[in-house]
Amino acid sequence: MRQINTEQIRDTVEKLCIDANYNLGDDLITSLRSALEREESPLGKEVITQLLDNAEIGRKEQVPVCQDTGFAIIFIELGQEVVLTGGDLREAINEGIRRGYKNGLLRKSIVKNPIDRINTGDNTPAVIHTDIVPGDKLKITFDAKGGGCENMSRSAMLTPAQGREGVINFVVDTVKSAGANPCPPIIVGVGLGGTFDYSTLLAKKAILRPVGSNNNNKTIANLEIELLEKINRLGIGPQGLGGRITALAVQVETFPCHIASLPVAVNIECHSHRTKTIVI
Amino acid sequence: MTEYIDLETPLSDSTIEKLKAGDKVRISGVLYTARDAAHKRLIEMIESGKDLPFDVKGQLLYYVGPTPAKPGQVIGSAGPTTSYRMDTYAPTLIKMGLKGTIGKGGRSKEVLEAMKRYKAVYFAAVGGAAALIAKTIKKVEIIAFEDLGAEAIRKMEVENFPAIVVNDTKGGDLYNIGREKYKIPY
Repeated sequence: MRQINTEQIRDTVEKLCIDANYNLGDDLITSLRSALEREESPLGKEVITQLLDNAEIGRKEQVPVCQDTGFAIIFIELGQEVVLTGGDLREAINEGIRRGYKNGLLRKSIVKNPIDRINTGDNTPAVIHTDIVPGDKLKITFDAKGGGCENMSRSAMLTPAQGREGVINFVVDTVKSAGANPCPPIIVGVGLGGTFDYSTLLAKKAILRPVGSNNNNKTIANLEIELLEKINRLGIGPQGLGGRITALAVQVETFPCHIASLPVAVNIECHSHRTKTIVI
Repeated sequence: MTEYIDLETPLSDSTIEKLKAGDKVRISGVLYTARDAAHKRLIEMIESGKDLPFDVKGQLLYYVGPTPAKPGQVIGSAGPTTSYRMDTYAPTLIKMGLKGTIGKGGRSKEVLEAMKRYKAVYFAAVGGAAALIAKTIKKVEIIAFEDLGAEAIRKMEVENFPAIVVNDTKGGDLYNIGREKYKIPY
């Protein structure tokens, strides 16, 4: 059994928060550059150029690329041959978030209770998803999930009869209704199958794939390609000001589902896609 | 290609009425900030007959909750938040003389009506370009609701703050115009 001290996890989480919020990933930058070449609207091109300039400022000056530094979403893949020492895993993660948001001068955007709405003051707690996997490694993924795009996400329980066409209509309609709100060009994460709750988790996991990567399953990859084409025919464009590039990518993750069900969830991610992963 | 209209706050009705959906502007002068929690309090103050922390007449309201400033910065990153969440509150402020709001995303029918009736415009700033936008903010002072942190009301002095007119006083809507122009039916 390999031992990992939770203090190391805490310090890793702190680093991830800051790194993700200051330095956008190369996959996203490549995708934005390609979007700039394909965009036909002059105003759309101007917007994408500003986003690339903004990313450069974040990197050079080590400042947050967006003021909404997000809800801290943590995905843990814990190897089953790992023994955690040094204290509570959840507390270590939340302490990492606390330090990252304080030391990185990130915005504190979490309220204690959805009704009273008093700010927790340190951006905790994180939403933590933990998977036990084979091996002796610990993989930590951080995503700073902005409120604007999360608010435009939706899920539905379709009938099997609605099928592929029903899925396409629901996803495209979700993006259409969202319009300029979620900061297009967006990344569209789709979860298909599982249960009501599991489809939404799949949608979030779909966002975390490298931007523009297709599903390994050919049927699903074709669905992704068709969805992207249909979404980019909507004309919403960068920031909703009109244009060809409404979405940078559509990424679908699937899971088996009940003979009676066709769960579909759409998790929208803004162009300010801030995620980083470290394997310990 | 790019031509900008320079705007200096406070703004008069005649200036506002000349703006058209799609116009690119550079704003200089004062912007006040408020988002969800601050709006709730402002409207409660109005309902209970109290004076607001600032006079909205002729002013622009920027929907933003910035990140904390680094040492040497006047403000952290400061891009727009989604505007529709303020739709419940905006008509009241527009009726009181607010000349415009700055955010991102579409507005409700009620807000569009109020803008036409009381002469106000809605500007979009580029969402997610928060580090870039922050460079146009030269001075910041918290003037109310400090306990709200990022949501406190700030008075900002800006120079050449970049924005684009989405909704004008005549009913022009850039989101509709842009979408119609580029949509490809299938």
